[in-house]
Amino acid sequence: MSFLVKAKGIQTEIMTKDDIKRALIRMAHEILEKNQGSEDLALIGIRTRGIFIAKRLAAIIQQVEGTTVAVGTLDITLYRDDIAAKGGIPIVGGSDVPFDLNGKKVVLCDDVLYTGRTIRAALDALFDLGRPAFIRLAVLVDRGHRELPIRADYVGKNIPTSYREAVVVHLREADGEDTVVLEQYKD
Amino acid sequence: MAIRTKDLIDLEFLSAAEIQEILNTAKPMKEVMGRDIKTVPALRGKTVATLFYENSTRTRLSFELAAKYLSAGTCNISASVSSVKKGESLQDTGRTLEAMGTDIIVIRHNMSGAPKLLGEGVKARVINAGDGTHAHPTQALLDMFTIEERKGHIEGLTVTILGDILHSRVARSNIWGLTKLGAHVRLCGPPTLMPKEVEKMGAEVFYDIDEALNGADVVNVLRIQLERQEKGMFPTIEEYAKNYAMTEERLKRAKKDVLVQHPGPMNRSIEIPTAVADSAQCSVEEQVTNGVACRMALLYLMCGGETLV
Repeated sequence: MSFLVKAKGIQTEIMTKDDIKRALIRMAHEILEKNQGSEDLALIGIRTRGIFIAKRLAAIIQQVEGTTVAVGTLDITLYRDDIAAKGGIPIVGGSDVPFDLNGKKVVLCDDVLYTGRTIRAALDALFDLGRPAFIRLAVLVDRGHRELPIRADYVGKNIPTSYREAVVVHLREADGEDTVVLEQYKD
Repeated sequence: MAIRTKDLIDLEFLSAAEIQEILNTAKPMKEVMGRDIKTVPALRGKTVATLFYENSTRTRLSFELAAKYLSAGTCNISASVSSVKKGESLQDTGRTLEAMGTDIIVIRHNMSGAPKLLGEGVKARVINAGDGTHAHPTQALLDMFTIEERKGHIEGLTVTILGDILHSRVARSNIWGLTKLGAHVRLCGPPTLMPKEVEKMGAEVFYDIDEALNGADVVNVLRIQLERQEKGMFPTIEEYAKNYAMTEERLKRAKKDVLVQHPGPMNRSIEIPTAVADSAQCSVEEQVTNGVACRMALLYLMCGGETLV
């Protein structure tokens, strides 16, 4: 996560409300298929928008399977590798994983996968909370430009981007609407 | 948001938003303390030195553990066993610590103003862990955090601070912090132990304990500091206890769900009888836990990011 300068350049909608809905339904089914059901499954959302992705996936799984999946919140601020970098200090939101992680099949959820540094921090944060059976990764958008050997297991949409672009995910729980926008940085 | 000033000398110099930010950050820090693995890597590679010119167990340990839980390196210097004995000046000691790579110096000193003086002489960030009768900002932060946790908010509450206000750095820091966050602060103690013109800090002064407790949401019972009572500010300990001890009977004047605080260590035979000290209304032990969480929050907010001053 970098501190993006709010761009006022060209904006293109790359996922509509319906696109997001369909992608999440497909991802939920993929998760169930790969896990052969929802037993021992736990969805952990990374603050802030990953929480809503995790909750929505859990709601879809509930509809499909009729089972309630454990959902948790992970705050990775204290595990970041750039706390002392310039640009002010990030707010610590706190983690909330109200169940035993040991032996759980964890699906880590986030909105955008970019450098992979957030996921690295999330993996460290998770291991301090327990020892899951395994950890998989679900993201709404994979925009490329990885800086670490990390990949997603469930992807809503792959979007090739340049460094001069920003992928902005709006979710109704936080932003009032569901849309994914590609923004071009201005010179 | 980080702390704007290089050093944390007192809550007087922080904005309400900065104080609230520290309290908000202390909450997730407390969650970290409750885990099986109590360390997070946030301050890996940073070094925190505690420089104590005055005896203390809980404050020093609290800072040290707070730094350790955030993965910072720590070292402790006691004035009694250091070069201070050989006559080294405060700023020279600070510069020596800095030359060894210390990022934050936590200082306690029996002279008011020592942390400010130290901060002016070093580039490292300085945190005041209690200076003379001046200030003890982290104690006030943990008192306020405990109030917020128990009551849900601080604004609008009536907080009575009881005891030796004159010598109390805890009282002074609490007055600054609580009034900034919108609480009504009442002070009560013997007239000889009430500082002149303390009303100017925004607090109300009472000499009658029953009046001071009437309808209070929180009572912060200060320790009678026997080490600072040389001049006979009150006739006898017994007389003080008779007039100002926080008894169960007197506590009935306050709100039914009143929260009783004490910065510790408690004098059970003087200011806080056992019946009150060990009751569910009293938050002494929580305050100790919350002290570590608040100091973690402060170290985090002061170690990361840059100062703007």
